[in-house]
Amino acid sequence: MNTTKKTREPLFHLIKRTNVPMWQAWLVRGVTVLAAFLLIGLMSFISLKINPFKVYSYMIKGAFGDSYRIMRLLRDLAILLLFALAVTPAFKMKFWNIGAEGQVLMGAYACMFCIFNLGGKINDTLLIFISLAAALVAGSIWAVIPALFKAKWNTNETLFTLMMNYVAIQIILYTIKIWVPGGTGVLTPTVYGNLPKIAGDNFWLSIIAALVMTAIMFVYLRFSKHGYEITVVGESENTARYIGINVKKVIIRTLLLSGLICGITGFLLVAGINHTVSSTTAGGRGFTAILVSWLAKFNPIFMIFTSFLVVFLAKGTDEVMTMSGITNSFFSQVVTGVMFLMIIGCEFFINYRVVFSRHIKKATVVAAVPVTEESAAAETLEAPVNDTQADASEKEDNV
Amino acid sequence: MKRIVTIILALALVLTVVAGVAACKGKIKDAEEVQIPALEGMEVADYSNLSVPADFKIGMICLHDESSTYDLNFINAAKAAVKALGMSESQLVIKTGIDEDVACYEAAKDLINNSRCKVIFADSFGHEQYIAQAAAEFPNVQFCHATGVTAGSSTLTNFHNAFASIYEGRFLAGIAAGMKLYEMNKDKAEADQNYKIGYVGAFTYAEVISGYTSYFLGVKYALNQAQAGLGDKLSMKVKFTGSWYDVAAEKSAAEALISQGCVLISQHADSMGAPSACEAAGVPNVSYNGSTITACPKTFIVSSRIDWTPYVKYIIAQTVKGQAIDDNFTGTLKDGSVALTGVNGDVMAEGTIDAIVTARAKLVAGTLNVFDTNTFTVNGQKITSKLVNGEEVVINGAFKESKVMSAPYFDYDEIDGIKCLNRYYNPGEEIAA
Repeated sequence: MNTTKKTREPLFHLIKRTNVPMWQAWLVRGVTVLAAFLLIGLMSFISLKINPFKVYSYMIKGAFGDSYRIMRLLRDLAILLLFALAVTPAFKMKFWNIGAEGQVLMGAYACMFCIFNLGGKINDTLLIFISLAAALVAGSIWAVIPALFKAKWNTNETLFTLMMNYVAIQIILYTIKIWVPGGTGVLTPTVYGNLPKIAGDNFWLSIIAALVMTAIMFVYLRFSKHGYEITVVGESENTARYIGINVKKVIIRTLLLSGLICGITGFLLVAGINHTVSSTTAGGRGFTAILVSWLAKFNPIFMIFTSFLVVFLAKGTDEVMTMSGITNSFFSQVVTGVMFLMIIGCEFFINYRVVFSRHIKKATVVAAVPVTEESAAAETLEAPVNDTQADASEKEDNV
Repeated sequence: MKRIVTIILALALVLTVVAGVAACKGKIKDAEEVQIPALEGMEVADYSNLSVPADFKIGMICLHDESSTYDLNFINAAKAAVKALGMSESQLVIKTGIDEDVACYEAAKDLINNSRCKVIFADSFGHEQYIAQAAAEFPNVQFCHATGVTAGSSTLTNFHNAFASIYEGRFLAGIAAGMKLYEMNKDKAEADQNYKIGYVGAFTYAEVISGYTSYFLGVKYALNQAQAGLGDKLSMKVKFTGSWYDVAAEKSAAEALISQGCVLISQHADSMGAPSACEAAGVPNVSYNGSTITACPKTFIVSSRIDWTPYVKYIIAQTVKGQAIDDNFTGTLKDGSVALTGVNGDVMAEGTIDAIVTARAKLVAGTLNVFDTNTFTVNGQKITSKLVNGEEVVINGAFKESKVMSAPYFDYDEIDGIKCLNRYYNPGEEIAA
């Protein structure tokens, strides 16, 4: 190494913020969402020549234009919320379950399987209970399999749950092909095993289910012993083990819970809303739910707002496209992307402070930033060497 | 020193890229598109006396967005029809990305609630039951559904199906492919000749089966025209993807067919997967739904497509006039519903245009039948009878497609010469060839 060469230090460093008041953080988030909407308006104007105010009014109209739209918005919000509730306990435990899509699909599939085979042959009320039970079992099996593997052999749960999604999709496609051999992968809606409609439509049942589940999940995570164990395992597995928590048991139990909620969601999607199943029944919401849950900091109450934001954007951009004659889905994708990029960016700045190097002392730099061995050594060349470890590494480097 | 070297290397890299791009620009010229002369004696409906009220709206429900060639074909047609009838753009309301589930019914309802659409047109086969559901709820709105099969037997008076005799278009496109195939083989020794072609299909059901069979018969017809009996050497492998729009699956299906020795590929699936795989491998391709000449200048031959413009005009006109819409509308070559794109002059065989024009005239005159039962066999047997909804469709030695209803019902998935590699959707499941 050329010891005479003057090494440059990085341009800036990141320092973790520790005591940001809650109100301040939420103010920043609120302003970010507003700024994102401004940016969306600006971009629509520049690239598509649509009046930004029209964009906003279309978005609001798309979401709240009439009572039918409002009810659909609420129902879709409820369903997305259920997905998010399903992934939350696992994520809180730092178990990266990205398999909600497949777990819900399996729940939906099991429900449809019962309806398809038993519909018309047994009492319809009984059928509803059988298909609910089947959905719960199927959803939880799909969630527990990766959990078992994780607990037993420490397999990578991200890859495992992801692959389980594809298995679920293929099972559904294959079964539909058998049920409808000369078709296009579409199964005609069934008249059997349908959940009763409340107020003449399929909206309220999902909304009520989501509200109940949200309350239960909030209490479970916040006030129960299980919830506490999940938090501890998430923070540090070693600590959990040290204080006598059976980590394997917690992992499997938590995933079982995830799977059960997914089963309920799948059941609602089939018996309550679609009355059929397809590979798009979950519609990617198993993945969107991760974002919903994460942005809400795994708090079920906050998730209502983050779900709302996602569904509002979807409905809003659909309306903008329809009313402006845009027939390419890039618009809604870009808008959603901009919004969440901005929000994730704002989370970063709430959590970290960017400090430009010339404002801080060298010693702080070394202490605050994880550095590679080489740059640590380089750093010490300039800084007064008062650390034996740095000294040693310098020597090592010079050998 | 190091820095200077880096800069020099970076500069060199950039210059190479720039030079490369410049060189490419010089070399690649746009493929020459040759238009097929319009059919003589076309009977295009005249709507010049029709005045559409300013508040009249037509709603459209599309399965995918315009990146799907299938949906784009519908969107373009609807826009063209609206323009031709002197309506404003805002009188056409399009919803894209509507799944084949309850979302379709809700989209239809929303189009009525919020846009006050008087007529709604849905484009995908799986939309049918949801459109019928909406039709039952809104008797004062007309519901039209492309490619569907149940309007004829339905008691609803405001629910209609439509299709076109696209098998004739496929047949004509097959002629272009057959002539190309002949040209590719004619100077080769007998042992080196290869008359194996491939086809990428979406689902194993009548619409796709009818499509590839008529295409196959077109290729066979052209080969037999070039040299009597040559058509018997033709064989076609079909691979299904189990999806209307799956770029990766369509691409890999085309690649698999090419690696199995198919020298010419066509497809009935809606992404650019298969055409672009053909372009990459330099294998000629007959497309569907629209021209892919810009993306595939070296391999695109021709594409057949249904031009939905006449139908969209028709349903608007009938709704405005308060007259009934046909429950089973079948567009034809004559009314302009069945169309061929321009042919790629750089790829097509000599005489292709003349051959297409001649065959087209015969088809329109009725002297040539696509499903002439003398030209194909199933398991070695000639087809002599087939009942569709209780009606005989084999008449005077020809299988009459789109006669009982507009949607295709020719569903012999393997006439002799055609081999389905995977009847089920699963791309991995391969029946031994």
